[in-house]
Amino acid sequence: MTAPLISVAGLTIELGRHVILQNVSVDIAPGEIVTIVGPNGSGKSTFLRALIGAVRPTAGKVSHAPGLRIGYVPQKLAIDASLPMTVQRFLGLPRRIGKQAAAEALHRAGAPGLAGRQMTDLSGGQFQRVLLARALLENPQILLLDEATQGLDQPGSAAFYQQIEEVRRTMGCAVVMVSHDLHVVMAASDRVLCINGHICCEGTPEIVADAPEYRALFGTGTKGALALYRHEHSHSHDHDHAGHDHSGHDHSGHGH
Amino acid sequence: MLDDFLIRAALAGLAVALAAAPLGCFVVWRRMAYFGEATAHAAILGVALSLALSLPVLPAVLAAALAMAVAVSALTGRGYAMDTVLGVMAHSALALGLVAVSLFTDARLDLMAFLFGDILAVSRADLAVTWAGAALVLALTIWRWSPLLMATLNPDLARASGIDPRREEIGMTLALAVVVAVAIKVVGVLLIAALLVIPPAAARPLARTPEAMALGAALIGAAAAISGLWGAFLLDTPAGPSIVCAAAGLFLATTLIGAATRN
Repeated sequence: MTAPLISVAGLTIELGRHVILQNVSVDIAPGEIVTIVGPNGSGKSTFLRALIGAVRPTAGKVSHAPGLRIGYVPQKLAIDASLPMTVQRFLGLPRRIGKQAAAEALHRAGAPGLAGRQMTDLSGGQFQRVLLARALLENPQILLLDEATQGLDQPGSAAFYQQIEEVRRTMGCAVVMVSHDLHVVMAASDRVLCINGHICCEGTPEIVADAPEYRALFGTGTKGALALYRHEHSHSHDHDHAGHDHSGHDHSGHGH
Repeated sequence: MLDDFLIRAALAGLAVALAAAPLGCFVVWRRMAYFGEATAHAAILGVALSLALSLPVLPAVLAAALAMAVAVSALTGRGYAMDTVLGVMAHSALALGLVAVSLFTDARLDLMAFLFGDILAVSRADLAVTWAGAALVLALTIWRWSPLLMATLNPDLARASGIDPRREEIGMTLALAVVVAVAIKVVGVLLIAALLVIPPAAARPLARTPEAMALGAALIGAAAAISGLWGAFLLDTPAGPSIVCAAAGLFLATTLIGAATRN
């Protein structure tokens, strides 16, 4: 196996007197898609921020592969109205880029032709795609997304995650994303980490969705939707795949 | 040529305007207008300190401004909002400074010169110090421009690009203290914040990128310094306030132009 891009060993984070994360260990391998799920306040975002070095661990260690290039898409980015910023200029932070490179990056992120617009004039979906385009410009080995579809409606976030998969396929970068759009996200992942202060369970989407710890947190309601997504994803209509219990399976919204 | 007090005054005003405007853009973007004010008010405490200990004014003012910046950073987030902390600190520092000055001197000191500046009394030595300080700040701002802009947009985004946002913020605070220290002579402690905030605010409606706004702010600041001095000379008004009035007039003009071109 190749060396991990990011290696987390025994990570414990305390903020004030609260233990946010306890003894979390995980390796992120090149090219894999890892989704982090967990209830609100479970430490998902803190975990992602620890991966980029924005939070100092109380104990344990986060190590990056030498010269690791990270593309980070934050949960939200509030640009003050007093700060004029064209999309072109934003994409050129921290290193300026030419018009051609900006146009290509926007195209890859599914938001072509926005370069001349002001950041504050973009819609929520356009804004997230511009953030993605900027992250891709660093030619990342790993892409970190923190609830990147917050504020997008369901079709909007589904389209956004399809774009992420497309990006992974063409650029071959690893993807780590935090989300609570479980049904949209999980099935696109190679691995799911369920975090609630610690890693409750981890594995392939099917394993996690069946794990008692996961069901204790989310119930079984999302499982049908997960299976639904699997169908879309694999274009398979075999309802008995993976031996899941499909009682209560809701097929509404199933579309190709 | 430097023998003419008006030329010296104009050069000093230009130096402060050119250094304050680009730095002032960050003050505006980061919503730190009152941070600049608090740092400036602390300067009067520095003046009192220099009088009491017979120190040169500049290092004493620099020390007071930095102490204020550190105190505000330390207090914020401990149960008080930033604007409350600044309201307490800025006015306390100003009041304490005024009281201390009257205690330490035989009250013959011209306080007005520190409160509103004394740009027409700028000596060659003052001019050298002002330009050195302004050049330092301008160089620092240009050098750290991109990382500071990233840190201003989003600290986590900066981190992911390998930038330490706290380091950039400390650098900016230092630069702010230097601007305050060298600008005391020009506009005085009460009006320094105006030179930090008004030119960037005036440049905002005309700018589409951060760099255009900084450049516009520098031009507007320089224009305000020259036209304010000219007005003060013609109308026999105090120079520092006249410069700020000119800046305010330019702000009004660009705001109207911005509103007119948008519709």
